[in-house]
Amino acid sequence: MQDQSTPANMTAAPVAGAITIKNLNKVFDTGSGKVVALQDINLTIDEDEFVSVVGPSGCGKTTLLTILAGLATQTSGTAELRGAAIAGPRRDVGVVFQSPVLFPWRSVLENVLLPIDVLRLNRSEFVPKAEALLAMAGLAGFEKKYPAQLSGGMQQRVGLVRALISEPAMLLMDEPFGALDALTRENMNLELQRIWMETRRTVFFITHSIGEAIFLGDRVLVMTPRPGQLKLEIKIDLPRPRNLEMMASPEVGLYMRQIRECLSAKGGIG
Amino acid sequence: MRRLVFPIILSICLFVGLMTAWDVSIRLLKVPSYIIPGPGAVFWALYNGIATGLYWEHFKVTLTEVVIGYGIGLGLALVLGSLIAVNRKVEFYFYPYLVMFQSMPKVALAPVMIVWFGLGLTSKIVNVAIVCFFPLLVNSIVGLRSTDPDRINLMRSLNASEWQIFYMLRIPSALPFIFAGLEVAIVLALIGAIVAEFVGAEHGLGMLIQAMTTTLDIAGQFSILLVLSLMGLTLNRIVKMLGNRVLFWDSSRRSQKLDTKI
Repeated sequence: MQDQSTPANMTAAPVAGAITIKNLNKVFDTGSGKVVALQDINLTIDEDEFVSVVGPSGCGKTTLLTILAGLATQTSGTAELRGAAIAGPRRDVGVVFQSPVLFPWRSVLENVLLPIDVLRLNRSEFVPKAEALLAMAGLAGFEKKYPAQLSGGMQQRVGLVRALISEPAMLLMDEPFGALDALTRENMNLELQRIWMETRRTVFFITHSIGEAIFLGDRVLVMTPRPGQLKLEIKIDLPRPRNLEMMASPEVGLYMRQIRECLSAKGGIG
Repeated sequence: MRRLVFPIILSICLFVGLMTAWDVSIRLLKVPSYIIPGPGAVFWALYNGIATGLYWEHFKVTLTEVVIGYGIGLGLALVLGSLIAVNRKVEFYFYPYLVMFQSMPKVALAPVMIVWFGLGLTSKIVNVAIVCFFPLLVNSIVGLRSTDPDRINLMRSLNASEWQIFYMLRIPSALPFIFAGLEVAIVLALIGAIVAEFVGAEHGLGMLIQAMTTTLDIAGQFSILLVLSLMGLTLNRIVKMLGNRVLFWDSSRRSQKLDTKI
């Protein structure tokens, strides 16, 4: 089926795209007819690039993420991770969901080690790393606590650390901070930027918030619904580390206006 | 400490009050002791039964039946519950029979069990297992199916196998339901054992009650009923405590615990 021309990938030059999507379509067959969730999506994301996707509810961004995560399949077109067609969930891809999805019967440390348990690796070898990552996320001293004892923001950070433990080359994040209050959210954005700068990797970040998309992304993609299409792509030319003051700058204002215009042409954020 | 002392004194007063009311009313109404014995006679019978070692001997038998039957019922319910929960086909074909079986009054099965398994322990254990089985089965199925789909998706994204999803996620998620079933089933188990002993047994507290009927020893029967209710209460508390320990993470349980606090 697949053209297996790639040789043993040892000495290969940096692969052009971490994520390559070509002519991708996804159609849901509901009882009352067909719904086009994604239409003709073309996208290339480079290694270690932070790409934000912003768009209203129902624009298909989560569907796109589940396809990249290997949890759903496209109707037509191709989606490749590092040159290989996506055939299911992969070890080098970490997913952070809308809610933290922690297991309440596992302590913070055990929750972080869940991917290690699933991979049947030796837990004890990963404990120091888990502790280091937790410390980096500002959760030192909380290893033995249980999720119910943490605030929403802390739980979400545990979910992020869990996604990082198996060192995925790619992180797929689906509105990870959507359920948090505005202040916690700003802190989480700063936190995520810091973690990302320390542990560079490809990030595909979905959000409802235009500000969040600009703050975090090297590039912002704007999606519009019915059918879900990529409408606009903006390169965010802001130095890193970015801070909250930059969000008041004229450049950001311009980015925001462009994105808003693109979205309101389709009826705005709904 | 002081907060504990007051409720304890209050509940002792309540107990003494109830006993006095019982004693006074049967004296005033001149109820013959072979119809309703006074509390004094009941406690005297209880003391005698315990002092002679008679109750202990039969208590052990009944407790053994309850514990073993309960364990077997739980094991069967978990295995079958898992099969039904993960496999719709198994449910489609087998569930109707299970519901029919549940609709049968299990008490009516006890004589058959005696015919099949004899007067000894086995028939009682089987009866206990049958009585416990259904509430445990239903709770296991509901529990195993209640798994949060987001958590299943998370496990899938981690490339977990169905078996890993089952034991790392579905089973722990089902535990609150299973323990709720266990709390109900332990009391049913005791009833199941006593019913089977009534029908035919050589040992056990149920058999003892039955034997006392022939001598019209109502005080003795009351004293055994007291032992049985204390046994049921204790077993239920043990299961509850075990549940609280295993399910320390279950927030709905924490609020339940608050309710039992005075």
